[in-house]
Amino acid sequence: MSRHRGLQLESHKAQPFEQPLLVAPPPRVATMALDQGSGEEAEAVVEPGHSVRVGTVIALGRGAAAGLHSPVSGIVRDIGLRPTVRGTGRCIVIESDGHDEREAGMAPLDWRAKDSTALLECIGAAGVAGLGGAAFPTAAKLELARSTGAELLLLNGAECEPWICCDDALLREQSAAVVLGAQVMLAACGARHCIIAVEDDKPQAIASLESALSSAGDARLEVTVLPAVFPLGAEGPLVAAVTGREVPHDGLPPQVGVVCQNVGTAAAVARLVCEGLPVVSRIVTVTGSGILRPANVQAHIGTPLADLVAACGGYLGSQHTLIAGGSLTGRALTSDAVPVTKGLNCLLVATPADLPARGAEMPCIRCGDCAGVCPAGLLPQQLHVAAQADDAAALTRFGLAACIECGCCDYVCPSAIPLTARFRAARERQQLRERERRRATDARARHERHQRRLHEQAAAERQAFDEARRRARDVDQTGD
Amino acid sequence: MSGTTLLPAIGMAATLAGVLGAVLAWVAARLPADPDSLVEKIDALLPQTQCGQCRYPGCRPYAAAIASGAADIDRCPPGGDSTARALAALLDRRPRPVDPQYGVTKPRLVAVIDEDRCIGCALCLPACPVDAIVGAPRLMHTVIESQCTGCELCLPPCPVDCITMAPPGTRSSMSDEASVAA
Repeated sequence: MSRHRGLQLESHKAQPFEQPLLVAPPPRVATMALDQGSGEEAEAVVEPGHSVRVGTVIALGRGAAAGLHSPVSGIVRDIGLRPTVRGTGRCIVIESDGHDEREAGMAPLDWRAKDSTALLECIGAAGVAGLGGAAFPTAAKLELARSTGAELLLLNGAECEPWICCDDALLREQSAAVVLGAQVMLAACGARHCIIAVEDDKPQAIASLESALSSAGDARLEVTVLPAVFPLGAEGPLVAAVTGREVPHDGLPPQVGVVCQNVGTAAAVARLVCEGLPVVSRIVTVTGSGILRPANVQAHIGTPLADLVAACGGYLGSQHTLIAGGSLTGRALTSDAVPVTKGLNCLLVATPADLPARGAEMPCIRCGDCAGVCPAGLLPQQLHVAAQADDAAALTRFGLAACIECGCCDYVCPSAIPLTARFRAARERQQLRERERRRATDARARHERHQRRLHEQAAAERQAFDEARRRARDVDQTGD
Repeated sequence: MSGTTLLPAIGMAATLAGVLGAVLAWVAARLPADPDSLVEKIDALLPQTQCGQCRYPGCRPYAAAIASGAADIDRCPPGGDSTARALAALLDRRPRPVDPQYGVTKPRLVAVIDEDRCIGCALCLPACPVDAIVGAPRLMHTVIESQCTGCELCLPPCPVDCITMAPPGTRSSMSDEASVAA
């Protein structure tokens, strides 16, 4: 048993490595979701009819959304709702002309000659976002680290969730790019050293990374090997495992002097530096018992998942569930027309054998197993009672905000209670209430201003009336 | 046990109760509960629709009426049963559903002005309790969706009936949530 809280699970990661890294052809029609996984939409700057090339900016980043670039050359056909990883979302649909012409002016970057501000600008303009799944703009994260003076850049190659192995594939094939990306990020955020964390079930990735490090000869970079425990790859647990420092549940890693980036993000930065290419592709694991030849696929952003399935030999059997992400934290998909996004690391085509039936939900027996595995150190059984009663004060007291929705408590619950789903719903209800409260506060302030204005108007009118009457009386008197 | 040993104890308890009761009565008389803070607390639970369905001219007057005991807690259809429950918990009363004579609870709708039919009469502008309608005499009016509380007070003054109620997000491309969050 490891000292890290969590689960040791069967990894299901061997099969995709029976094949080399596949390269999927560019899609005929690229569907670019404006929300690439961060929950916020980028701002579209093209309109139907515009012609674009590979690397043309099609949407500008704002808030938690990074900018978007066309992965193909062709014509924008539509901007509208399409099925996406998160259900339905606004997408820019681009029909490819098959030529794949690149946008002019994309050249390798002389990154050593640039200062950190210029580097951050380049990284932001290239739409680099957290390829681990959150798709949060990398430049914003590095900027925050720079302003808070974080001294450690932590590259996350832990990849702890069963089935997902795209980072493993990346490290095996392109570890030199990861190392270069780490050096660029160090220059951009001002951190002093960099640790690349990899779990111990990836010996080939570790070997490849170590040889890349020794040829780079940069003493600031090192590899740390962690035990394979789920969810050690989540940001908070990873920082705790590597540095021993705990990130406050309502804070961010820079508060403890760390900035986390996924290894895939580092490789994307390297690609920007070497080729001048913005993020237009990523590696996706296509796996599960429902796929003929599981593999890791280098795919363009915007490629429909059906194309990836076809690249892997197609479906096996007829009964399968499509899941974006791994088997614990993934989201079920309704169709394979959903496009690849920057935040999509894995397509799991699961058969009923992959996802054993959970059985009917039974009452909580207070066994405490969930509290034993919770990586955030919460008491899920108490949270569950509070969530069922929708008791906002108790939910706060038991730390709902610190839940990372990893699903460990669900996994061990002998009563098959869907705890994580309940917590997620409780969190959404809280957000809704908060929004209503804000709306009400705003309405109250506007109503008070409205009342005050009406009073002032009425007073002014009365005064004007009195004034006019007095003047009329004066005129009458002088006339007499 | 004999009555003689019990009597002093009873006497002592009675005296203590009498003295403490007098102190409490004096304190209650000297330090009355702040009625304004109660009104504030009630007002904070009301949805601020300012629709007047409770027969009071806004949420705060209704809150004052509840605080003074002039109105019950079952008069707020926009708040629905959840608001009635929260009020009951605050005031330590028995929860009760919204009285249908004051209206029915429905999902939030917002006013939409049919801009082709609007004649720019400006009669709806003062009717809006939260100033969510933009316009001026002889100019077209429009409703700021994120600020509309759905009170329906702008419907009766409109001489050409060009205002309708619609679910949020049906007309404008800007999402309601985004503009509230901003």
